[in-house]
Amino acid sequence: MIRSGSYSGHARIGIMEALPWIAAIAVYFLLPEYLSLGARIMIFILFTLSLDLILGYAGIITLGHSVFLGIGAYTAGILSVKLNVNDPFLQLIAGCLTSALFGLVSGAVILRTRNLTLLMLTLAITAIVYEIGNKASSLTGGADGLPGVQVNPFFGTFEFDLWGRTGYVYCAIVLFVIWFVVRRLIYSPFGAMLTGIRENTPRMHALGAPVYQRLLIVYTISAGIAGIAGVLMTQVTQSVGLNVLTFEVAGDVLVMLILGGVGRIYGAFVGPVVYMVAQDLLAKQFPEYWSFGVGILLVLVVFFARGGILGLVDKIVDRARTP
Amino acid sequence: MQAFLSSLVSVLFHGVAYGMILYVISVGLSVTMGLMGFVNLAHGVFAMAGGLLLSTAMSKFAVPFPLALLLAFVAVALASVVLERLLYSRLYSAGELAQVLFTMGLIFISIAIARQLYGTQAAPVFLPDYLKGQINIFGRNFPAFRVVLIFISAIIVVALWFGVERTRWGATVRAAVDNRYMAQSVGINTNRLFMVTFALGSGLAGLGGALGSDILPVQSTYPLENLVYFMIVVAVGGLGSLSGPFIAALMIGIADTATKYWFPELGAFLIYAATIGLLLWRPQGLFGVRS
Amino acid sequence: MSAPALETRDLCKQFGALTVASNINFRLEPGARHALIGPNGAGKTTFVNMLTGALPATSGKIMFGGEDITQMAQAARTKRGLGRTFQITSLFRDLPVLDNVALGIAEREGVSLNVWKPASSYASIRDESMAHLETMGLGPEALLCVKDLPYGKQRLVEIAIALGLKPKVLLLDEPAAGVPSLESGRILDVLADLPKDIAILIIEHDMDIVFRFAQRITVLVQGAVLTEGTPDEIAGDQRVRDVYLGEGGHD
Repeated sequence: MIRSGSYSGHARIGIMEALPWIAAIAVYFLLPEYLSLGARIMIFILFTLSLDLILGYAGIITLGHSVFLGIGAYTAGILSVKLNVNDPFLQLIAGCLTSALFGLVSGAVILRTRNLTLLMLTLAITAIVYEIGNKASSLTGGADGLPGVQVNPFFGTFEFDLWGRTGYVYCAIVLFVIWFVVRRLIYSPFGAMLTGIRENTPRMHALGAPVYQRLLIVYTISAGIAGIAGVLMTQVTQSVGLNVLTFEVAGDVLVMLILGGVGRIYGAFVGPVVYMVAQDLLAKQFPEYWSFGVGILLVLVVFFARGGILGLVDKIVDRARTP
Repeated sequence: MQAFLSSLVSVLFHGVAYGMILYVISVGLSVTMGLMGFVNLAHGVFAMAGGLLLSTAMSKFAVPFPLALLLAFVAVALASVVLERLLYSRLYSAGELAQVLFTMGLIFISIAIARQLYGTQAAPVFLPDYLKGQINIFGRNFPAFRVVLIFISAIIVVALWFGVERTRWGATVRAAVDNRYMAQSVGINTNRLFMVTFALGSGLAGLGGALGSDILPVQSTYPLENLVYFMIVVAVGGLGSLSGPFIAALMIGIADTATKYWFPELGAFLIYAATIGLLLWRPQGLFGVRS
Repeated sequence: MSAPALETRDLCKQFGALTVASNINFRLEPGARHALIGPNGAGKTTFVNMLTGALPATSGKIMFGGEDITQMAQAARTKRGLGRTFQITSLFRDLPVLDNVALGIAEREGVSLNVWKPASSYASIRDESMAHLETMGLGPEALLCVKDLPYGKQRLVEIAIALGLKPKVLLLDEPAAGVPSLESGRILDVLADLPKDIAILIIEHDMDIVFRFAQRITVLVQGAVLTEGTPDEIAGDQRVRDVYLGEGGHD
């Protein structure tokens, strides 16, 4: 079963693919008290989706994807708090572009390397950006972060409300647009080519593909999308702090993607939903067991369910079909 | 000038002590990564375990310091063999992503266990009286424990080099790092070699964690907090090399101490930047066998 | 005056102190059927890897249709029309057979940067891939996963991919390696039917294939050219018999 651009398959959007959006609408009407959690989940879906592009499709393993979330988040925060730019769409575009630019520059550097060196460089860059966020306090507020981010009402009318309705709808719309773009990309020749790089890089070289350049393109796109997720996070919480730049966030997003299933778009939807709902239910009651549980989960996934939750679903469906 | 020289000596001394500890902890990581190609992010777990064992043995059971050090080494080495046989060995050919995720999982689990058993505070370091004072060297006082620490580390370094360069076991390790398949085809039992090397490397990490517990405080977040430094030592030094990580560890130890002393506002920025620069210049590290 | 399709001048490769290619001078004429033979470890695959750019040469020159490509990246050489197959099957194992071929054609056509149009809407690429597979007799297997094909057919997929790049020069690195003799006949048929305008260099251990296919043969021993000639000359050359054909020789 192909989940990316294929010259032999088709790219029609299936009925099942409407499920996330039906669920999003249902939550809005049926679970109004969970809208702020819902918005957070959608932001992480966006972030996880961006990681899936480079990890799941292009095969780049990174331990520092939080950098791009953080740069997007801080761009929005700095625009509002320091420069008084409070237009939501300007913040969104600026955060996306800054993060993409950083993706382009850092990608140009790290994508020349492979394996452990690449992994190491993502760690080092994350550590550096965290240090800058911490020390450049005149710009970033240092350890205190930047509270009091302002966002103008959308189109002059829809203001962020106490119940998180506007935030929820806003995040849902942004996620929908980005999902559509990513899905087009995955099923395009570009997506097919990325899958080729992941499956067999030397072969792609021999086919005449400038692999480094292609990886740089997808890395930049992924960074831009992660940056958008960061902007949303700042806008919805109306503040930004160092937590968005930590390894913990980079680890969280990796866990969410693995949990949902790598390289299949909807793994990036299922993972954050399961992870964050579980976190909401359990982490507050049993904080001491949470990281233990996440650790066990990772080990179990690696040994028994490489395809994540969606991989398990596939297996069950397959078994049901073959008598 | 006098003051500067004095602080220079101090920085060098503490930097070397720090570097030695980094090396003792990380060298096993370099060899196992070079030998097995296994991305083991959880190496710091073994160092933390060593530190916790030392603290517990000394405070709860009044085990003398040297014996507690030995215990840290042996117990961690044995425990690591169990992990290696049960879990690590299944992932040798599983690819980088599975290894990264599995060892991340180990980090999370160990952090949770350590917090459950020891709380969030750093485990206290109990030094015997004979290590608490100062030692006078060339008319200057140095803390006795750090002098001893450098001394013990130096002995370990020498023993390790002798073992790898001069013994039959060392020769098989070197052969297998160079070319695993060749080593297999000439009849080296790589399974057992992996196991022994892994145990030794992890044991050294346990020893280093115990020995260095007043430089790198042993607390539940230890494996995550120090991960970057251990990885830098290995990546900069070069996979599969013994001397590369030694030089890298000393450089990092001294540079880190120096920046903290003279430019505290820079934090670890310089070290990270230097690491990136160096890895771009030499992706395989200073003395790497392979990248 | 026509430049050779591919030419090397004093091509050398050293790994540390080890010389694996020394002063190789080699010409591949347009439309040639040329074989490169030599005992194990003679440096044949190293030579091919230098030609394709997978390995940098230590010194010497590589000319492609009269153009110096010594410093050129692998992808750029492929774009100019230098195709290859791999000695050890190197396919996209989890992708359908058709996509294995189509990915190469997409690169050739330069559509891989399109991020918006579905790949499945490129009917011309699908049809051309299909045509190459039909030539190989792989039509019925086009939609199967490569890993589900028997090994002999995987070798044919290798050739189909290379043909999809419309190469001017094709380097075949042991196309029949590891294939049971029953199936290698099929590979030989395919090789015989390759378009005449492609210059082909084949590296092969199977002397049957070499002598039935090649019009010229170059013998490589310990990284250096021992001799070059027609199949008859090579078969009659005592030195070749000594170093390579060994006791049995070729009939």
